[in-house]
Amino acid sequence: MTRWLLCLALTLPLLEAAWAQVSQEQEFEEKGPEAKGLAIAQEMDKRDTGWRDSKAILTMVLRNRQGQETTRKMRASSLEVDGDGDKSLTIFDSPRDVKGTAFLSHTHAVKPDDQWLYLPALKRVKRISSANKSGPFVGSEFAYEDLTSQEVEKYTYKWLRDEILDGKDVFVIERYPVYKHSGYTRQVVWVDRAIYQPLKTEYFDRKNALLKTLTIGGYKQYLDRYWRPSTMNMVNHQTGKSTALTWADYAFATGSKDGDFHKNALKRAR
Amino acid sequence: MLTLRALLFRVVVSSVLLWTGVITAKETGSFIEYWELTGNVALEGRYFPEKPRLSAQPYLTFATAFEPELYLEWDDGTQSLTLAPFFRFDSHDNQRTHFDIRELMWQWVGDAIELRAGVGKVFWGVTEGVHLVDIINQTDLVESPDGEDKLGQPMVNLDFVEDWGTLSLFLLPRTRLRTFPGPSGRLSTQPRVATDQVRFDSGAGRGHVDVAGRWSHVFGEFDVALSHFYGNTREPRFLPGRDALGQAVLIPLYERIHQTGLELQWTHDAWLWKLEAIRRAGQGDTFRALAAGFEYTFFGLAQTALDLGVVVEGYYDDRGETGTVIFQKDVLTALRLTLNDEQDTVVLAGVISDLDNGARFYSAEASRRLGDAWKLSLEARAWFDVPADDPLFSIRRDDYVQLRLAWFF
Repeated sequence: MTRWLLCLALTLPLLEAAWAQVSQEQEFEEKGPEAKGLAIAQEMDKRDTGWRDSKAILTMVLRNRQGQETTRKMRASSLEVDGDGDKSLTIFDSPRDVKGTAFLSHTHAVKPDDQWLYLPALKRVKRISSANKSGPFVGSEFAYEDLTSQEVEKYTYKWLRDEILDGKDVFVIERYPVYKHSGYTRQVVWVDRAIYQPLKTEYFDRKNALLKTLTIGGYKQYLDRYWRPSTMNMVNHQTGKSTALTWADYAFATGSKDGDFHKNALKRAR
Repeated sequence: MLTLRALLFRVVVSSVLLWTGVITAKETGSFIEYWELTGNVALEGRYFPEKPRLSAQPYLTFATAFEPELYLEWDDGTQSLTLAPFFRFDSHDNQRTHFDIRELMWQWVGDAIELRAGVGKVFWGVTEGVHLVDIINQTDLVESPDGEDKLGQPMVNLDFVEDWGTLSLFLLPRTRLRTFPGPSGRLSTQPRVATDQVRFDSGAGRGHVDVAGRWSHVFGEFDVALSHFYGNTREPRFLPGRDALGQAVLIPLYERIHQTGLELQWTHDAWLWKLEAIRRAGQGDTFRALAAGFEYTFFGLAQTALDLGVVVEGYYDDRGETGTVIFQKDVLTALRLTLNDEQDTVVLAGVISDLDNGARFYSAEASRRLGDAWKLSLEARAWFDVPADDPLFSIRRDDYVQLRLAWFF
């Protein structure tokens, strides 16, 4: 009898989870493609809320059409902000002539982000325009808008279809940037149904031609809840260039405070 | 005058400081949690195409510069020490051959308080062509006529970071004196500046303890700062005098000033609207000066990765022509081209025109990284139609092109 009870106790949460999954997807099905797309985005956001703060080391390998490579290394810290976009601080370690340069961003859902740049040689903190969302980040194939925090309100959505990508069940959704200055008309995102994280994104330029494809992999779970990728490979189909971004040494609950993301903290960023 | 012996002495002292720092780091590994040694070595060549004012002045000069930086961190990263000496050797100008401690700073960072003591550099301001409000550091004018290079300033600095803004307080116990190119070098004045006859109006001389405070805050799209400085001016006036040989010289006079400064930047879309204003008392009549303008950037020019920035700034100083000021009623127009390529190629070119006398100052700077650790920079400066009563008259023939190759480690 106790064995039966134990079995039941063990399977009950699984049943509950399965039931939640089924009911959620039923909810999606009952809506139109737009509402379903939005619901998927909201679920992605919900599952990625509550991580508070994180740190990671980024390595970018830039490849041109001839296959020549240049490498950039940086450290990124992020702070979750309730009811607004995240705050992030990126410090460059290489190339060595830009070592110590720091980039602070207070992102917002729809209104423009606040951005400051610290130039160590001049000890100067400069407020910079955030209207260059579509511009390349440090000469790479990533635009600023590809790397900033992905708030739900930044796009409108449409569910396209369900399919299988590399053996994984995925939702394929299309999203349309709401904000001014975006370099894209639309993005097609393949979302892993198991973890609600993107596996692939196709970017279409202002003329609606395929511009870039991003492939994301190596997801690992942190704090038993949050999924983070270890590789992001961006290929530009129009120029033949590509950028491989590797994430390493993820750390959560690092004790970062709001003050570490203050404009005044830039001049002591190391 | 910095003699060779004095220079050697300073080199030895700083080397010892550097070594003790490194040794401490290695031997007390548990105390020092992190350390790094970085820096750069640069080679420069300057070519002056015009005939010099004096036959002793060269057409072509070479220089090297060495700027290492040692950084130590301990106490969970809340305390650190930075040491950055600077060495310059110039082939012709013994005033330009010099040594400076750019930074020797201890820092402690608390929850909402930051304390720094030592020698360092602090930048205040928002505009590009002139830096009216920036006053903590003295200009190292032998480095470049643009005045962007600064001497390390001894200081104690306390920052309070609060919801109502950041309040920075400074005690500046010793005044650094402006450097001037020597008469055997180009870009020197006629008569020469007698840096060995410097005068102060304060009895304490260069030992006068200057004080400064600055409040800064961000209101949405606005970055604002208000500051006040009391102490020896960083911008001396000049008295006519004679040297031991009876030759006419300019004697720098450092007077105590009160300077209040305002900095304002409104960042909206691709526009940066900028304003700097000062009021200074203590050097003759109280005067006001203003710098205001904008920078607009065309991001992704013509569907490419290029960014083109247009900078327009106006300068006004109510001392008018009677002052020793260069920017009494001037306009800067400049273009900044950013290629956003793997080599971080940047070009900045512009002209400052004097609206009263028609003098013009052209400047162009370009830089590009070579490989991973090298950087090549080109700089060109030229002065046109400078009238005899303009402060820039004696360097009117000192147009130059400079090529600089730096290696970073």
